[in-house]
Amino acid sequence: MSIHHPAPVRLWDRAILAQAGRAAVCKLDPRQMVRNPVMFATAVVAVVATVLSLTATSHQGVMSQITLWLWFTVLFANFAEAIAEGRGKAQADSLRRTKSEAVARRVVSAESALEMTTCESVPAEALRAGDLVECKAGDLIPGDGDVVFGIATVDESAITGESAPVIRESGGDRSAVTGGTRVISDRIVVKITCNPGESFLDRMITLVEGAKRQKTPNEIALTILLVGLTLIFLLVVASLPVFASWSRVDIPLMFLAALFVTLIPTTIGGLLSAIGIAGMDRLVTFNVIAKSGRAVEAAGDIDVLLLDKTGTITLGARQAAEFVPLGGISERDLAEAAFLSSLADDTPEGKSVVLLARQRFGFQAPPTEDLSFIPFSAHTRISGVTIRGASWGGVMTATSEIRKGASDAILRLVTQTRELTGSIGRDLAQAVERVARSGGTPLVVARDGHLLGVIHLKDTIKPGIRDRFATLRAMGIRTVMITGDNPLTAAAIAAEAGVDDFLAEATPERKLELIRQYQQGGRLVAMCGDGSNDAPALAQADVGVAMNTGTQAAREAGNMVDLDSDPTKLIEVVMIGKQLLMSRGALTTFSIANDVAKYFAIIPALFITAFPQLQALNVMGLASPQSAVLSAIIFNALVIIALIPLALKGVRYRPGDAATILRRNLLVYGVGGLVVPFIGIKLIDLLVSGLGLA
Amino acid sequence: MDANGLLTIVVFCALVLALTPLLGRYMTAVFDGQVKGLGWLERPIYRLCGTSADEEQHWSRYALSLLAFSAVGMLLLYALQRLQGGLPWNPAGLAAVAPDLAFNTAASFVTNTNWQSYGGETTLSYLTQMAGMTVQNFVSAATGIAVAIALIRGFARHSARTVGNFTVDVTRAVLYLLLPLCVVGALALVALGVPQNLSAYTSVTTLEGAQQLIAQGPVASQMMIKHLGTNGGGFFNVNAAHPFENPSALTNLIHMVAIFAIGAGLTNTFGRMVGSQRQGWMILTAMTILFGLSLAVALGAEVQGHPLLAAHGIDQLASPWQSGGFLEGKEVRFGVVTSVLFSIVTTAASCGAVIAMHDSLLPLAGMMPLLNMMLGEVIIGGVGAGLYGMMLFVLLAVFIAGLMVGRTPEYLGKKIEGRDMTLALLAILAFPLCIFGLGSIAMVWGQGAIQDAGPHGLSELVYAYVSATANNGSAFAGFSANTLLHNILLGLAMLAGRFMVIIPLLAIAGAMAARKTIPPSAGTFPTDGGLFVVLLIMVVLVIGGLTFFPLLALGPLAEHLTLAAGTLF
Repeated sequence: MSIHHPAPVRLWDRAILAQAGRAAVCKLDPRQMVRNPVMFATAVVAVVATVLSLTATSHQGVMSQITLWLWFTVLFANFAEAIAEGRGKAQADSLRRTKSEAVARRVVSAESALEMTTCESVPAEALRAGDLVECKAGDLIPGDGDVVFGIATVDESAITGESAPVIRESGGDRSAVTGGTRVISDRIVVKITCNPGESFLDRMITLVEGAKRQKTPNEIALTILLVGLTLIFLLVVASLPVFASWSRVDIPLMFLAALFVTLIPTTIGGLLSAIGIAGMDRLVTFNVIAKSGRAVEAAGDIDVLLLDKTGTITLGARQAAEFVPLGGISERDLAEAAFLSSLADDTPEGKSVVLLARQRFGFQAPPTEDLSFIPFSAHTRISGVTIRGASWGGVMTATSEIRKGASDAILRLVTQTRELTGSIGRDLAQAVERVARSGGTPLVVARDGHLLGVIHLKDTIKPGIRDRFATLRAMGIRTVMITGDNPLTAAAIAAEAGVDDFLAEATPERKLELIRQYQQGGRLVAMCGDGSNDAPALAQADVGVAMNTGTQAAREAGNMVDLDSDPTKLIEVVMIGKQLLMSRGALTTFSIANDVAKYFAIIPALFITAFPQLQALNVMGLASPQSAVLSAIIFNALVIIALIPLALKGVRYRPGDAATILRRNLLVYGVGGLVVPFIGIKLIDLLVSGLGLA
Repeated sequence: MDANGLLTIVVFCALVLALTPLLGRYMTAVFDGQVKGLGWLERPIYRLCGTSADEEQHWSRYALSLLAFSAVGMLLLYALQRLQGGLPWNPAGLAAVAPDLAFNTAASFVTNTNWQSYGGETTLSYLTQMAGMTVQNFVSAATGIAVAIALIRGFARHSARTVGNFTVDVTRAVLYLLLPLCVVGALALVALGVPQNLSAYTSVTTLEGAQQLIAQGPVASQMMIKHLGTNGGGFFNVNAAHPFENPSALTNLIHMVAIFAIGAGLTNTFGRMVGSQRQGWMILTAMTILFGLSLAVALGAEVQGHPLLAAHGIDQLASPWQSGGFLEGKEVRFGVVTSVLFSIVTTAASCGAVIAMHDSLLPLAGMMPLLNMMLGEVIIGGVGAGLYGMMLFVLLAVFIAGLMVGRTPEYLGKKIEGRDMTLALLAILAFPLCIFGLGSIAMVWGQGAIQDAGPHGLSELVYAYVSATANNGSAFAGFSANTLLHNILLGLAMLAGRFMVIIPLLAIAGAMAARKTIPPSAGTFPTDGGLFVVLLIMVVLVIGGLTFFPLLALGPLAEHLTLAAGTLF
């Protein structure tokens, strides 16, 4: 499946900018401002400053300029949030557009197991969880749900961007449908699984809308830190006039206001919300919908990645490469049994068995009414076919059972009825081992309780996957390959792919058990899954990415949904989580480091009249106390605007070990945060004094 | 700088570093309950307190025990002072201490501050000194150590409900750590000439023919706990500058090493208990670098001598004929370098004992003791208090920069959550709240206590409030603190500076103990390397230090710059 990315919204999209400009003003509403304590404090100071400059009798020019920049500081922060929201909404809207006007046909009464239904037309928004709706060819599916009757092809391009329609049917692992997708053929009855406002899209939209957005745990903790720092600086600034009075220093109230606003962490305070929204946004760009911000944060913390072998580590399709008959069995007999049992098997493996058997012996398919297929189940790890006694190829045959599956599963089945005789057990073990050691998957075939031989399925490791695992290991993330293969095959592939560990002969229970085991050791686990039997493991995992093609149960259990159903994306999800946390940390560090320069700009300015010698602390050589304070406050406001692109794009993330990443980021954002404002404030001061503004 | 002073610094640092792993290992054994010899003494104490050595407490019980213990201790101290007139062992017939002073003094000794608004020999009876002050010298130090140990347990344990037993921890700290070390140390001091007797004062005729009364008493035994427990309250009014407290350069060295020994050793105990001594060494490295910086600035200012004297062509530099520096108010026997070293040591730890008057240090040199205390005394610090204070900055550093590795913040495998941040900030707020809040109240209504005009006057008041909040107890002489207002405000500052930090920290300890420990991986924020040391130092300086930059600019910095320009006030 090709990965389709919604066209990424340009950083400075004009429509979004205009909208954000308006939103920045609307967000001055105190009820909204109070959600962001640092900016709320700034806004309160700005109000006070406005009153001060309006009632001032002297220095009105500088005072009104300071007031103006205080307001700009608040507006810039609002603007940053509004842009992030705008970009998020632009993406969400394009997903939602199809959905809004949908009309649903709700089932009022039904006959013979939903074969025939009586329906009423209701708007899609009126649907509640549990409602049944009928969708025919051409209909939009009105909400997220599960197919409970029928089979249909569905065009999901509105969601996934993938143009090829997909099959959705009741039962099985392909029963989930998403609101806003269109039925192309046939008729299905869908049981709606969520109330209006709770669908994946709705949830995602609330994640990118600032006013409704729930803060994530780390965001809350960070906000507490910022509030604490604000309180500390409030004490510093409020008590300053008292201490200064000893030296008969009279500090203008406006300067105190400016000092307070420059010291409190306005940079991170103003951008925190934008960073969070932008993180969600980046996920959406990757066609992954997170159901909560918490999940995205957890993604950054992941220690263990459980990856399904097939489709993630190896190319999805394992190809039948040879038939290995046991002693006394002809290759043709084995191939025939394999052929018959694989006829109904739609998986690439099954198809390749049929193909190989045809190529080698030219078999023709028998009439299907004589065959009843036993589909593969994750429990027994066996599939097969039962052939009713009938004539085909002109020969009467007795009822015959063909089973194929993993060697231990088939062996258990066979030995249920009789003991293995002679060397057959050893022969099988040898054949299985030979195939397994070569990294292939041995598929054992038995007919009527007799072992026939082994199909050698060849696995192909995806190119480049080894390097990705090496990168993950360097990041401190352990990769565990999950496979239904026997331990030998699993070990061979695990070694070839370079994963740290593997779980062979995996069942949903063992998978769940493994997750619990890792979690008990304090590790955070991520996995992806699609089937209903994956749901418990998805729910247990700290980050569970459900495939969009999976069942509704799986999609409900996971905390993210991958619209492209690409299990490899788990790795990207982890990277996005890390990038979100890093952006937050980098800007916090930058913001706090900035204070050093601001102190050196403002403190000499405040006290220089009383102690002219304090000019020595004016290391930037700022022109005058007025221009020093004004320059600091202008820098403080402008740095928010300057950092909006960084907040939206996230800091550059190059995978590596924590020490390397920390060293680089400390150098850029820590040392940078110390140095940049010295230069910035000096430049602004040159401009301010040059233009005669102060 | 004289070679003698330099040698003192080197030997001092070497001794402290050499003692660290030894004391660290011993304390680990003591608090793990592996040191047993005095069980016959321990058991009755536990039975009396209704507990046993095996009983463990939830952090809240631990905190309540600590508060109750301190409250009872404070009440006893207050009662002793108020009633001493009618109690025995009061040969001088000293009257009851005034209520405000009694409150201030009780708060001072319970919080391990030993701030003395009074003159010892003229205010307190022998009973009050012995049953009150000396007891608190031991148990307030033990309390600080207990809190540090509980916090360490919080990091070391996982999925645990308890953090230890307060009674057991305090008892063990006194019986196995403080008492034995004091006995050994006191004997050494006696051997080196410190008096230890109960004799009456000796009257002698001086060379000039004048009569002089020479005070003495059980000095050696008090010296050891005063330094070892970072208490700082002197036997004599001039503290360790008195030749009976501190007869020689060697006793001076012992005093200084004793001040740092337990605090430095606890970093090693921390490392051992959390399973990686390296973690402890990194904390100690950060402390040592901060100490070095502080010492360098102070020495740099002091060895130059007084700028106004230099302007008159007076040679103040070290040479074969003089030790150099500006000696007014310094310990002339040991010279400027050792005096400054002692001042930095006593304020880096929360001791407060002095051999030089901090008020007499040149402005920049005087600023460093002030700054050491403003940082929260996290450079070695008070016994226990230094480590748990530093942990606050560690949590902040990890929280601010930890995100930069792309994981939510964690330390020693413990995730740091919103609640922990609230608690840490509550503790950190104690300092600005007392220094800026109570300090500005004092500034408005208590200016009368200030002696000097100009920036130095401001430094006197600020120093008093910083010293009280940081539970240091040293003072800028010249500030008349024994007034109703200052006694109450300083008393409150001492209590807040102690318990507003301890209680949230114990809550953090409880939360950490209950949490799972995440095994480290290549993606874990590294806290055992040089990078972390640099980060920690930056956070201590930027969050702890910059907050006070305006005060420093108005006080010592302004004084320094105006002095350099030749202005006196």
